[in-house]
Amino acid sequence: MNVPAATPSLSLLVCDDEAPALARLRDLLSDIAPQLPNEIVAEADNGLHALAAIEGMRVDVALVDIRMPKMDGIELARHLSRLEHPPAVIFTTAYEVYAVQAFELNAVDYLLKPVRAWRLLEALRKVHRQAPLSAALLAQLPQGARSHLSCHERGRLLLIAVAEIVYLRADLKYVTARTRDREFLLDESLTHLEREFGGQFIRLHRGVLVARDAVSGFEKSGDGDDAETQWQAILRDLPERLPVSRRQWPLLKSFARQLSS
Amino acid sequence: MASIKQNLADQPLPDFRNSGVMLRSLLGVNLLALGAALVQSQGVQDSLQHFIDMAAWVQPLLLFDLALLALLGNSLQRVSAWIGRTLVLLLAAVSAMLLSALWSHLLFADGGGGQGLLRAGLLAALAAGFMLGYFALRAGALSPALVEARLQALSARIRPHFLFNSLNAVLSLIRVDPRRAETALEELADLFRALMRDHRELVPLADELALCRQYLDLEKLRLAERLHVEWDIAPNLPLDLKVPPLMVQPLLENAVYHGIEPLGDPGSIRIRLAHRADALQLDIVNPCAGGAEKQRGSHMALDNIRERLALYYDLEARLETHAVALGDGRHEYRVRIVLPCRAHWR
Repeated sequence: MNVPAATPSLSLLVCDDEAPALARLRDLLSDIAPQLPNEIVAEADNGLHALAAIEGMRVDVALVDIRMPKMDGIELARHLSRLEHPPAVIFTTAYEVYAVQAFELNAVDYLLKPVRAWRLLEALRKVHRQAPLSAALLAQLPQGARSHLSCHERGRLLLIAVAEIVYLRADLKYVTARTRDREFLLDESLTHLEREFGGQFIRLHRGVLVARDAVSGFEKSGDGDDAETQWQAILRDLPERLPVSRRQWPLLKSFARQLSS
Repeated sequence: MASIKQNLADQPLPDFRNSGVMLRSLLGVNLLALGAALVQSQGVQDSLQHFIDMAAWVQPLLLFDLALLALLGNSLQRVSAWIGRTLVLLLAAVSAMLLSALWSHLLFADGGGGQGLLRAGLLAALAAGFMLGYFALRAGALSPALVEARLQALSARIRPHFLFNSLNAVLSLIRVDPRRAETALEELADLFRALMRDHRELVPLADELALCRQYLDLEKLRLAERLHVEWDIAPNLPLDLKVPPLMVQPLLENAVYHGIEPLGDPGSIRIRLAHRADALQLDIVNPCAGGAEKQRGSHMALDNIRERLALYYDLEARLETHAVALGDGRHEYRVRIVLPCRAHWR
């Protein structure tokens, strides 16, 4: 089953934090070029750099190492899957038992390092016949909390570092992420976000999660005479106040006590 | 050279220089004395008085014998276990008889003459025999633990992650720098030879450090300028000191895996070895990318080393870890091992 000569060459993103591993993939790709024309259009040493490197580019396949600093391979794949033309992702790994088990379970393609040329060739040939990984499937792979969220804006994929988010607010249809500088519209549910980032964020209200580090204190609003008095969270970097619901307040008391001590 | 392996094969004498052994002897003999006091007396008050009376006799004897055994420690380890045991029993009996004679002389009391002396000697020998029996049983109980620890050492060490990534790095070198690839494979071979040795034998500190350097060389191959290593080895360090095998290398592996790899930016591992009084102090410091969050997954190696230190040194060695927040918002993870350092007598 030869590839027809007219097949355009595959454009590739190669991402690994170890320089020798990148070099090895380069060698192998050039070795198999006669059977399968290919071209590396971007290289990166972690997920963040990879997303920056392919900005505005169209990439057919991404070869992605799993364990990388700053943003790991599985998180990178999740952001890639949200691009307008998502590349097919093939994971490479030296020895990540849990990841490999999950790949087997979900029929995700992966290569074990040291990678062999024929395995690489096989995986790249399959790419044409395969649908790109869905976000839902990727979300099932074992991973910690993401380091970044992504959203679409005028055709571009924007990354928002989770560490920079002050609060997340659910409106009618969307969830808004507020950073110090601006707001981003996310298409994720607040419940999912709470589950994933429960350690970093705390719920103030049915519709509001606030970053624990961003709260400087709590105060009572209103005159305090009526039954309508309500607690509000004071933020470190933003002038606005966030309402605390009556239901959540008992759960927040110990957190408020930590803050004031 | 007294290796752990031989020690266990013929249930040797305990090492009387070890403070754990001393403590156990003190407690054990005093418990015996308390038991004897209870047997002799009618009531609890009465038995306390008996015990105090006995203590005047037991404590000086016990302290004297332990001190003597500690001084003799080295020579006692050399002779066969049965001769050693006989010597200990004789020492206990003779010293008890001497003390008994001295006591009756000083107090002009009638110690019961020859009969009294013999009784003192027998009692002391009995107590010593009881303690020796206890130590032999304890060593027997611990020896499967040592074997187990050895097995654990085999499985806990060298992450497959490291092996496959290193092989991958060597493969990438073969075309561009065959010589460097050769050296790397040689180092890998040495490393695995060291890993497959019998892990009950203690090894010279110099060997363990050489292993560490080879390991770090291989890591540098993959991580290049991301990995900086700062060695600080005191000039007076006894490099022939025998230490448990793989005491340092797994800690460095942790430092690379949890400290350098997730960092992304270049980071450095500091290794300091110092010789203080009768102790060897080893410090390993690495950056902690996860912030205050503890180095997850590193517990297996740490627990394993801590367990083996306890088996080899009882109470005399310790391993401590700290996550430290630096002023500039960065975090460091520090591991310290302190070992007794008197093996250079051996």
